[in-house]
Amino acid sequence: MAKKNFMLVCGGTGCESSKSDEIYRTLIKEAELQGVKDDVQVVKTGCFGFCEKGPIVKVLPSESFYVEVKPEDAKEIIAEQVIKGREVKRLLYKKSQQTADNIKVQDIEFYQKQFRIVLRNCGVINPENIEEYIARDGYVALEKALFEMSPQQIIDVMKASGLRGRGGAGFPTGVKWETAAKVNSEVKYVVCNADEGDPGAYMDRSTIEGDPHSVLEAMIIAGKAIGAHNGYIYIRAEYPLAIDRLKVAIAQAKERGLMGVDILGSGFDFDVEIRLGAGAFVCGEETALLQSIEGNRGMPIPKPPFPAIKGLWGKPTIINNVETLANIPVILTKGAEWFAAIGTDKSKGTKVFALTGKINNSGLIEVPMGTTLREIIFDIGGGIKGGKKFKGVQTGGPSGGIIVEKDLDTPISYESLIALGSMMGSGGMIVMDEDDCVVDVSKFYMAFCVDESCGKCAPCRIGTNQMHALLDKISKGNGVEADLDSLERIGKAMTKASLCMLGGSAANPTLATIRHFRDEYMEHIVDHKCRAGKCKSLVVYEIIPAKCIGCGLCARKCPVPCITGEKKQPHVIDTARCIKCGECFKACKFGAVTKR
Amino acid sequence: MARMTLDELRALRETKRQDLARRDVEGKDIQIIVGMGTCGIAAGAKLTFDALVDSIQKHGLESKVLIRQTGCMGLCYVEPTVEVAYPGMPTVIYGKMTSDAAEELVQKHLVEHTLLDNHIFDRPAADILKK
Repeated sequence: MAKKNFMLVCGGTGCESSKSDEIYRTLIKEAELQGVKDDVQVVKTGCFGFCEKGPIVKVLPSESFYVEVKPEDAKEIIAEQVIKGREVKRLLYKKSQQTADNIKVQDIEFYQKQFRIVLRNCGVINPENIEEYIARDGYVALEKALFEMSPQQIIDVMKASGLRGRGGAGFPTGVKWETAAKVNSEVKYVVCNADEGDPGAYMDRSTIEGDPHSVLEAMIIAGKAIGAHNGYIYIRAEYPLAIDRLKVAIAQAKERGLMGVDILGSGFDFDVEIRLGAGAFVCGEETALLQSIEGNRGMPIPKPPFPAIKGLWGKPTIINNVETLANIPVILTKGAEWFAAIGTDKSKGTKVFALTGKINNSGLIEVPMGTTLREIIFDIGGGIKGGKKFKGVQTGGPSGGIIVEKDLDTPISYESLIALGSMMGSGGMIVMDEDDCVVDVSKFYMAFCVDESCGKCAPCRIGTNQMHALLDKISKGNGVEADLDSLERIGKAMTKASLCMLGGSAANPTLATIRHFRDEYMEHIVDHKCRAGKCKSLVVYEIIPAKCIGCGLCARKCPVPCITGEKKQPHVIDTARCIKCGECFKACKFGAVTKR
Repeated sequence: MARMTLDELRALRETKRQDLARRDVEGKDIQIIVGMGTCGIAAGAKLTFDALVDSIQKHGLESKVLIRQTGCMGLCYVEPTVEVAYPGMPTVIYGKMTSDAAEELVQKHLVEHTLLDNHIFDRPAADILKK
């Protein structure tokens, strides 16, 4: 009997952590209890991207887009949608403040302006079912690559498409493949870099979780192109769901003869193994990654020789990022011209960004290259949370820089972001508002780099520590103006002299904030003031006696406690003992607590 | 499932494509909407719905036709009711659409592009007059 309704439940890590798995199981159970299990098919898919409003359940064919669903809503969804054919209006996505209740998926402003190549199957298919991937033109590109194309033809298509590495550096993929293909060696390797380390970036995880086969298919194609028969996926152990889905996908592909010996009877062999990383940021750097796969300590080694010539176990190795790979089956299926028509002059195709921070619609988005940051933040992202003022957006995580209001209309490409003193990075985008302090943010990123620096080369090991010490000094109000020059000098030295890009880009956040917000640094140094109130040493909480009615709420909220006072009499904060948590400031209903 | 050959992969893709097509909404411009209020269901709308799905599959139209359900259309005296929106043809609400009539609907309306005169209960007059 045919199914009448299809319920797609988001099974990404974000939604799973808000009980989407329970929603999935409850929907199935309720369908059974209410006697309609033959009328509805419940499918667990990959990430829908609209993580702000998760967990998400999409019902087809009615195109009902339910947001913030709870397991206890399952009963009502089945009863209304399957039995009565009505939508559960209270769960439908609504534009803020608007009462219109029937918004179709394509009308949601979050999805307009998006163009999905990499995320084509995320939120559409069940990632643990190879048949659904196959049905959506899955493994068509593999057929082409194995039966109709020579290795050189595959490489030519990749070069013509203009695809560049999505891990951040933007190296042309076709050129990398060609280099490896030309080396004469019986053993070569294809490595997928799934060691996503940027704080705030999660596109690689979501791509694997939502569409693992697209990565596998691309790796086999890459193997054919360069003459490799073994592949490794290097993924961090802290991505358990992605690892599980990869394992399922590999097992299914092997079972069907789409991987392993004599793929589809073509005579071509290719096998993929998973290697788990312990989550070191430096292992996203390709030479350190290869060291880690070999079982050594994850530290970069000097290039050249590049891995494409001498890589894993000394053999030619190509390393491609997850997002890069996920583009490849589509490029082969639809052709290089189709892909090259999307994007800008030098940056082709699309880019996935993970929108986070002080933004209304945080989530996973994919837009054509050349889209402006303003469109991403204000149209797709829905602007700044709580109507606050936009301060800047950090692209490229701890390796990038802050981009400010005046540069928001720049079309995004690898080159334009570097020109702005930032970089594409893997695509994390952290939005900051007026409540964020640039010194505090720079200090956070520098602390991250201090932790993650492998310690092999002096510029990075010593430089990050020194910069962090200076930033710490400024944030505590002990800085002098010459510290800014020191920061810039050390930063520039690190950028030039570090062995790998971890040290080479670690100074970017600090240098960019000094460039754009020198006045705020000076405020910390000269006035000992942090206007955002983030640098705790510089903040003093006080009670204005005239405004205090002595309700005692602040004293009850204070965790120290350091607020004293008689009932109905003005209270006093003992500033020496105050830990500056801000609870009294938030609690006071009369505006009597001030922050300065 | 055993290892596949190229032909088997292609065959599997075709079958599964049709399965997924039923789930898909994009690119389907023909809509069939079945009234499934209490009145409709009591009159057999569920059977009609299933018969429509079967019939559309039989004619190989899954990728073009979207079958949806809705609540009561207000024509409770002629349930089950089915609304058909076909680009280029007037939108029609058919009444008394028992499961037996489903095949007739698909054959005549969707394939031969003629209306089922004895089932029309709403909408066509206005549309026809406009043309």
